[in-house]
Amino acid sequence: MTLPTPSRSSLLMAPALAWLTALMVVPCALVLALAFFRRGIYGGIEYTFTLENFGLVFDPLYAGIFLNSARIAGTATLIAVVIGYAAAYAIAAAPRQMQPVFLFFAVLPFWSNYLIRTYAWIVLLNREGLITQLLRWFGYTGEPPSMLYTEGAVIAGLVYNYLPFVILACYAPLSRLNPELAEASRDLGASAMTTFRRVILPLTVPGIAAGAVFVFVLSIGNFVTPALLGGGRFQMIGNLVYDQFLTANDWPFGAALAMALIAIMLLVLTAQALAADRAAGRIAEAKGGADG
Amino acid sequence: MAERSPATRRTLWVMLSLVFAFLYIPIAVLVALSFNQGGLPTVWSGFSLKWYASLAGNAAILSAALNTLIVALVSTAIATLLGTLLAIGVEIRRQYGSGLEALIFAPMIIPDIVLAIALLSFFSLLDFTLGLHTIILAHVVFNLAFVCSVVRARLKSFDWSIVEASADLGASALTTFRRVTLPVILPAVVAGALLAFTLSVDEFIIAFFTAGAGRASTTLPMQIYSMIRFGITPEINALATIVMAVSITALTLSQRLNRGVIGQ
Repeated sequence: MTLPTPSRSSLLMAPALAWLTALMVVPCALVLALAFFRRGIYGGIEYTFTLENFGLVFDPLYAGIFLNSARIAGTATLIAVVIGYAAAYAIAAAPRQMQPVFLFFAVLPFWSNYLIRTYAWIVLLNREGLITQLLRWFGYTGEPPSMLYTEGAVIAGLVYNYLPFVILACYAPLSRLNPELAEASRDLGASAMTTFRRVILPLTVPGIAAGAVFVFVLSIGNFVTPALLGGGRFQMIGNLVYDQFLTANDWPFGAALAMALIAIMLLVLTAQALAADRAAGRIAEAKGGADG
Repeated sequence: MAERSPATRRTLWVMLSLVFAFLYIPIAVLVALSFNQGGLPTVWSGFSLKWYASLAGNAAILSAALNTLIVALVSTAIATLLGTLLAIGVEIRRQYGSGLEALIFAPMIIPDIVLAIALLSFFSLLDFTLGLHTIILAHVVFNLAFVCSVVRARLKSFDWSIVEASADLGASALTTFRRVTLPVILPAVVAGALLAFTLSVDEFIIAFFTAGAGRASTTLPMQIYSMIRFGITPEINALATIVMAVSITALTLSQRLNRGVIGQ
């Protein structure tokens, strides 16, 4: 008996793989199957094949919610990427020994409970919250502004919750950037803006793409933030799925919605992989050009 | 990076300060208000620990905390065992299809809401009674994936020839694992377990769907969610502060152990 053999490695993997199969693969396959059945008259499931549930996903009412979710998630992604990239850029420009410290403190809030981070925004934005107090302190006497339960509150919550990941994702390529590239560009007469746009930005696209995909995917399927900061007034796909399973009791339609969510996610992930590939190609091309 | 003008440097510092203000002000306000004397949840009126004291007398919160502890401890124990074995198996074999890789990664990227409804459908089809045990079954799914990824990272630099040496010297497979492999990967296993524990303590959506009706299997995040929906109270501020302190401590510890691993 020498090195562990492949058969022994199968034995080691078996319990975990069995667990994942029984409690992830089978349940997910079940949801997929569920999406093709009909809703029973009394809310149960009628086992006859139908494509109605997928048709219903494209019904203007529900398609509208999909578009709305995509718009909210897209806006949150854009804001998070701009702020996150700026922060990552500033961290990468800080003295070397300070960079890990800044990164640590940028990620630290991300390690606390999601519900609590969202709740912190209720405390800030409610009618008697910090922002209203500040306005009063500056002499504002009118009605407290209503900031909670708005689309802006939902977007702020999403940006807040996922920003640390964007900072991490953008920091990785920025910290690896060869400073000589930017110097060369400036020596050749490019302005700081042109250098950023033509040299730094293209080289850090993979990080931006990874961060953006993360924010978008987690935002579009989110149901806690719209429920708490939107006060249930801003339906997103996640809330719709939740409703079908826990209140409307239309599981087949809820399953179809969940599958649509997965489809969007896979689409976005594929787009990211393609973008990363193209960026890698560009970098290789640039290097080849420099050598030749 | 290249030399920068003082003006650029100043801009960068201002930018960084603003981002840190954005990240920390909401949390700081929450923590400060948990020590607020007055009953008004958002107006400061003096230092007090009374909301922490009132938490200790809140039966619903205490029972939810106990439930969370049970779920987190049991699911972490199972996930640490299965995840570690999985990591070793995968790293020994080294040649495997991308299907296996996808299966191991899936629990980490699948949207919570999808796994939650999938498990609810599955359990109800099998006529399972929902409760703490179903939350545990569900939490092991993503926990084992995270433990596995942490342990695998450690095994990437593992020298398998020492396993061979141990076997050549007559040690049984179990002795080799206990005396050779385990001591090397132990920091990563503990780091993975701490990560799993925190993820389980904080997890809300999947627990919410797989807990079933009734208060008996309410976990702390579920309790916090229903309290938040009811309104802001100083008690939630205090509870939130404690929960945040626990997760941040556990994850900092986990990170430390992991850094030790990489540093070796």
